[in-house]
Amino acid sequence: MTDLQLNDILGKYAECKREYLIPILQDVQEAQGFISKEAVQIIGKYLNLPSSKIYGVATFYNQFRFNAPGRYIIQVCRGTACHVKGSSNVLDALQRELKIKAGETTRDGLFSLEVVACLGACGLAPVICINGEFHANVDNAKAYQLIKKLIKESKVEADNVKS
Amino acid sequence: MIKIEVNNKTTEAKPGEYLLTTLKRLNIKIPTFCHIEGLNPSGACRMCSVEVEGIPGTVPACAFPVYDGMKVQTHTAKVVNARKTILELLLSNHPDDCLYCVRNGNCELQTLAMELGVSERRFYGEKNNHKLDTGSPAIVRDPAKCILCGKCVRVCEEIQSVSAIEIIGRGSRAYVGTAFDEGLNISSCINCGQCINVCPTAALTEQSYIMEVLNAIHNPKKVVVVQHAPSVSVTLGEEFGLKAGTDVNGLMTAAMRKIGFNFVFETSFSADLTIMEEASELAHRIKTGGALPMMTSCSPGWVKFVEQFYPEMIPNLSTCKSPQEMLGAVIKSYFAEKQKISPDDIYSVSIMPCTAKKFEAGRPELSNSGIPDIDAVLTVREFAKLIRMMGIDFKQLEAEFPDNPFGDRSTAGKLFASSGGVMEAALRSAHYFLTGKEMDNYIVNEVRGQDGIKTATVKVAGQELGIAVASGLGNARKVIEMIKSGAMNVHFVEIMSCSGGCINGGGQPLKACTEDIIQRMKLLYKIDKEEQINVSHKNPSIVRLYEEYLGEPLGEKSHHLLHTHYHKRDVMI
Ligand code: SF4
Ligand code: SF4
Ligand code: SF4
Repeated sequence: MTDLQLNDILGKYAECKREYLIPILQDVQEAQGFISKEAVQIIGKYLNLPSSKIYGVATFYNQFRFNAPGRYIIQVCRGTACHVKGSSNVLDALQRELKIKAGETTRDGLFSLEVVACLGACGLAPVICINGEFHANVDNAKAYQLIKKLIKESKVEADNVKS
Repeated sequence: MIKIEVNNKTTEAKPGEYLLTTLKRLNIKIPTFCHIEGLNPSGACRMCSVEVEGIPGTVPACAFPVYDGMKVQTHTAKVVNARKTILELLLSNHPDDCLYCVRNGNCELQTLAMELGVSERRFYGEKNNHKLDTGSPAIVRDPAKCILCGKCVRVCEEIQSVSAIEIIGRGSRAYVGTAFDEGLNISSCINCGQCINVCPTAALTEQSYIMEVLNAIHNPKKVVVVQHAPSVSVTLGEEFGLKAGTDVNGLMTAAMRKIGFNFVFETSFSADLTIMEEASELAHRIKTGGALPMMTSCSPGWVKFVEQFYPEMIPNLSTCKSPQEMLGAVIKSYFAEKQKISPDDIYSVSIMPCTAKKFEAGRPELSNSGIPDIDAVLTVREFAKLIRMMGIDFKQLEAEFPDNPFGDRSTAGKLFASSGGVMEAALRSAHYFLTGKEMDNYIVNEVRGQDGIKTATVKVAGQELGIAVASGLGNARKVIEMIKSGAMNVHFVEIMSCSGGCINGGGQPLKACTEDIIQRMKLLYKIDKEEQINVSHKNPSIVRLYEEYLGEPLGEKSHHLLHTHYHKRDVMI
């Protein structure tokens, strides 16, 4: 994210009031996909808040991310319905396959794995959501397939860029 | 005054005060982990729960205002049980680590568990797996031992206005941490140690160098010298059960020799040296139109504070090194030459009231020859530990005197221990330097006492000199802001990072209350009153040092050995 983009966001909140912290953080995450250290420092200067305080507030909520997310953000629903239908197995399988834990991003920057409380699609349980797209009735085999497909897709893209 | 009833006895309370304050005055012991004298209550730990007639359940005394006719019970079975349960819950995820813990024997959590008769683990909580933060040269954080009382966060923010630490996360996953979980060493922490002084457990402690010092003492190749800061003799006694305000200078010197230090020097001597240079620097700045107000630079927390929060004010910092570093510099130069020892063979230890001195000792801009001038810094607490470790019966020692050539001090140098002391000492010598005459009355009452910000105008050599003194960095921030906005117009500013000065430093004996700090301060004023040499420029060791080695204040040699410059520091603020 450029300083210019950040300035645009801050410009929307002309009064430097502390109660704008959360809306500003939301806008920043929307624009750059996560909350960076640089952004926190600039917001801190603007609102006259120490970075530690902003980090403290932001970590209070599950919605904020502090690392650049991968190309594909996989959200695994761990709500009650999905749990009953075996979402913890799906999560385990994804963690094994991607060799990361929930909340982390693979080294190649391709996948981020996240756990969410409920995606609100209990009828389709267990559900996972990849970059906003829902996948219903996911079991381990289906999860593997999805990942394979995405890896292939990204390779094709990379080749296209090269040629 | 209003009337309230406590444990069936009628008593008086001040309208508007919190119940805990009343109970404290009545000498009724109520446990608390989260209360900080002088700050607003947070009610975080609930340890001070009491019963108030007409109110169901229990209420936290720290956050409950008294009212006329109130009836309080402080130690009913219900209350004691509630406290015990709260404590057991706090212990449910605590590492059972007392035997291997620095706070063993001096831990509020441990003591209260004992007092409340906790004898078994009733609740099993999931242990957290927070990592130790050991990157800072001054402060070690062990969040696994934290009970989330929040005191460190509030002191860092409300008293110091630094806000290096904050409660991160939520619920059972919450912990005290820094922005983006960076180590304390790369955060905005200024190493003051005030958070250690309020922490009830071992979650915050100093980086310890006791074993390094012991190893050096038992290394036959090393000449081990020790210096002790002006405030150390004033507080060390408390570690051995003496009451606050007892001077143990002679006993401490004896203990240092018993431990095996080869030479014992007083940092109060180099405080006098600092005054020689700093008073001259002030006179020079006033005469030549240098950057004013000049601000003291002997408190290392404050120096880092300026570097990161107010880099534009760096030119206003005095270029004088702190007394610790000045003594370190002349030990490894003048003293080494005099004794015909190589500076490499000297191991220079300092006993300080301060954790930030550990950071200062490692600053590259404070070394003269590439090797550090100070090799290890111990806090008063660590030094007391070392005394105990060596099996010394402190109170049975016979007083001894420090060594030459850095054994003499004036009472002005000793006053450095208290907020206002550097100012008072500097004024005494500045007056002499500017007029050739001593002040009629050395005592500058306006800069004495406990107030966070003290200002005055004094007349020196027919000139009005505006002065300001602040302690606690929150107060320092206020003073800087006033100076920047033009609301304060002064020539000389003394800042100490800790409220009240070094006598309340982050390396001092734990659990000191406001009254203890006042007693420590009074002792310094008593020493100043009773002793004969009250000005730095009359300290015979100082006079000799300039004659034999340094030449004159601000001279070439002084410039090289005793002065330095600071730079803007980029940290996450
Ligand atoms: S902090 Fe206190 S209770 Fe915890 S292990 Fe250390 S001494 Fe024991
Ligand atoms: S040492 Fe001082 S600045 Fe650092 S965290 Fe503790 S209170 Fe804050
Ligand atoms: S680190 Fe110490 S002072 Fe800070 S919240 Fe934890 S227990 Fe309290």
